[in-house]
Amino acid sequence: MIPELGQLALILALLLALAQGILPILGAHRGNATLMAVARPAAQGQFVFVAIAFGCLAYAFLTNDFSVENVARNSFSQLPKIYRFTATWGSHEGSILLWTLVLAFWTMAVTVFSHHLPDDMSARVIGVMGLVSSGFLAFILLTSDPFTRLNPIPADGNDMNPLLQDPGMVFHPPMLYMGYVGFSVAFAFAIAALLSGRFDAAWARWSRPWTTVAWVFLTIGITAGSWWAYNELGWGGWWFWDPTENASFIPWLAGTALIHSLAVTEKRGAFKGWTVLLAIIAFSMSLLGTFLVRSGVLSSVHAFATDPTRGIFILGFLGVVIGGSLVLYAIRVPKMESGGSFTWFSRESLLLANNVVLVAALGSVLLGTLYPLFMDAMGMGKISVGPPYFNSVFVPLIAPAMFLAGVGPLARWKQASLPEMAKRLRIAMAVSVASALLLPLTVGGFNWMASVGIGLAMWIVFTVLIGFAERLKHEQGSKLAALMRLPRGFWGMQLGHFGLAWVVAGIALVSAYETERNVKMNVGDTVHLSGYAFTFMGVEMRDGPNYRAARGTLEVSTGGKPAFVLHPEKRIYNASGMPMTEAAINYGFTRDVYAALGEELGPNEWTVRVFFKPFVGWLWLAGAMLTLGGILAAFDRRYLIALRKTGADTSPAKGAAVQGAKA
Amino acid sequence: MKSRNKKLLAIGLSVVGLAIAASLVLNAFKKNLVFFFSPTQVAAGEAPKDRAFRIGGLVESGSLKRSEDGMLASFVVTDTAKSITVQYSIREYGPLPDLFKEGKGVVAEGKMGDGGAFLATQVLAKHDENYMPPEAAHALEQAQKAQQTVVTQ
Repeated sequence: MIPELGQLALILALLLALAQGILPILGAHRGNATLMAVARPAAQGQFVFVAIAFGCLAYAFLTNDFSVENVARNSFSQLPKIYRFTATWGSHEGSILLWTLVLAFWTMAVTVFSHHLPDDMSARVIGVMGLVSSGFLAFILLTSDPFTRLNPIPADGNDMNPLLQDPGMVFHPPMLYMGYVGFSVAFAFAIAALLSGRFDAAWARWSRPWTTVAWVFLTIGITAGSWWAYNELGWGGWWFWDPTENASFIPWLAGTALIHSLAVTEKRGAFKGWTVLLAIIAFSMSLLGTFLVRSGVLSSVHAFATDPTRGIFILGFLGVVIGGSLVLYAIRVPKMESGGSFTWFSRESLLLANNVVLVAALGSVLLGTLYPLFMDAMGMGKISVGPPYFNSVFVPLIAPAMFLAGVGPLARWKQASLPEMAKRLRIAMAVSVASALLLPLTVGGFNWMASVGIGLAMWIVFTVLIGFAERLKHEQGSKLAALMRLPRGFWGMQLGHFGLAWVVAGIALVSAYETERNVKMNVGDTVHLSGYAFTFMGVEMRDGPNYRAARGTLEVSTGGKPAFVLHPEKRIYNASGMPMTEAAINYGFTRDVYAALGEELGPNEWTVRVFFKPFVGWLWLAGAMLTLGGILAAFDRRYLIALRKTGADTSPAKGAAVQGAKA
Repeated sequence: MKSRNKKLLAIGLSVVGLAIAASLVLNAFKKNLVFFFSPTQVAAGEAPKDRAFRIGGLVESGSLKRSEDGMLASFVVTDTAKSITVQYSIREYGPLPDLFKEGKGVVAEGKMGDGGAFLATQVLAKHDENYMPPEAAHALEQAQKAQQTVVTQ
């Protein structure tokens, strides 16, 4: 009964999404206020029905309703309750439903926080989101029904993939989707602007906080995914350039470029066409990511099923969305007036360079990800493009962006002076070059990668400090109070760049100085690694809720003194019989110590893998800084003021007319 | 700056950026593309001699052996037509994946050694019980097709 209710809710949601997609856009085109007014109630109704459908599926999982095929395939009666809930999005069908729920949620948020927009603008934005949602709901109903029943009903389920039974599963997919789908708002604003022909600073101001919030979620999602891979997979890695990781990283790069380009469009009215194009690219890359990950073309833990009709549907949908928006773009952009002028050395030109670098980096990752698929599809052989390609291409391409992150925020809009800039930056330059040469020696000997990483990180840190100092130079009275008075947008940028410095430093240091050993150990054996001594105390069997584990004990000492104990596990899951390595990690600010069990060679004789990972924790700390920076920037006072004006500003039509005239 | 010059600047910067990107990419591509060969192709001498590539197929039942200290594994990968011995140093490259099992699909990356064995630097297994790495499935399919052709001829 409940699953059928869920299916009915999906059908109603699709009808509402179609109404939300078609009528308001038509209304905005014809200036019909009644049709435009359909946007909000339709979107809110759609959200309610998608939420009901999602709730029904979650209910089926929580109550172990194995008559539903999706539940029978992906859950198990002994599975802990929290994983039964996360199993709701652990399958292909469920994850697409989650995607749609997140889209409905974002649309809902737009209906609530868009009263300060002209009516035709908000109608178009909500309408575009309705069209996207219709596509996804049709995809679910036609190819990926999560509520299909089974007959006969199996006694128990097949269990969730043990890799997914991790706290990471609670946060990683929803956060990633909030980011992916969040770019649909920026996309909808871009399409609305193309439809209306209005590209002004106001348009950039409206879409900017939405873009930043989506970027924040994507940052959290990627950071959580990396943390999860590091903790769960037992390989000690935090980034593998796996196509599914790239699928989330490519939209992140596009989103990062978009955030910077929106800044120019909002402040200076320049780069309009480019900003619109980036908004289209960012969302297209999100859709492409979904296609890559969910269609089963990629062999990875994320690919749930291989069903060609799904792939063809998504590919068609992708073609319509990307192709349609690019055609609209090509028609409208020539009419676009280019904005404020600037010289070759100015904040605008530096941000332009930033965008070129980010897009080039994006292109290199995209190529490395798609090329093997393309070759395979063309029947030209099977190839793979591994980390060596991405490391040797992406790192040198992105390094100039790190340098620019230091210069850009200090440069003046419109026209900056190169000699003056050089003077302001010479100390930062000297300090970073000195640190690049000297600091690696204090960590573990000279290494050019660590050196370049540290140099760029210090460069960003010092230019951030210069930025604060210059803002406070002319402040009277308490400097601390003045610091607090600085706009949140400025704080956000500074914190974001500071976080970037930490990522760069962390990556460079852990890549250059990590150490690893694989050894056979009997009870009482000791292995030494980077100043730590690991003594193997044996393995005991232990029962988990839905698995049996061999739990090893390694006593770790450093400098002759006992430091901590690690308990890596090897689990066998009851339902699937799948083995699974559970690493044990001792976390620290300057290093992690990591141990995993390999194979059992004899009684109490195991292969053991130990890692020493200096500064790896900085990566996730930096993710937190980027997140906080993004949140501060998104909630800058000027956006909040615009929202508060909602009630007072009752003449949106007039505002629209004025903006229309300007454009 | 005039808007025309600005456009020229934008285009110039993009072209320079793209040129650098393209040269890096193509260079790295040439060096780092890893091609896939089935055991049949390897047996026919199609695989490169001094460059890394991937092989895939089934781990032959009963073929997994370990050195005395347990840190060197060797096993036979077969596409049912031809097979190839793979050597993998656990000491250097870490434990075999959890789902590595005799009779199941596997993909290995590495180079041909002097003794005719494939020296793997990475071994990949499937992600769940029922899943076969596409490369391994492809190798088996090709071998089956080839055998059928032989029979019909």
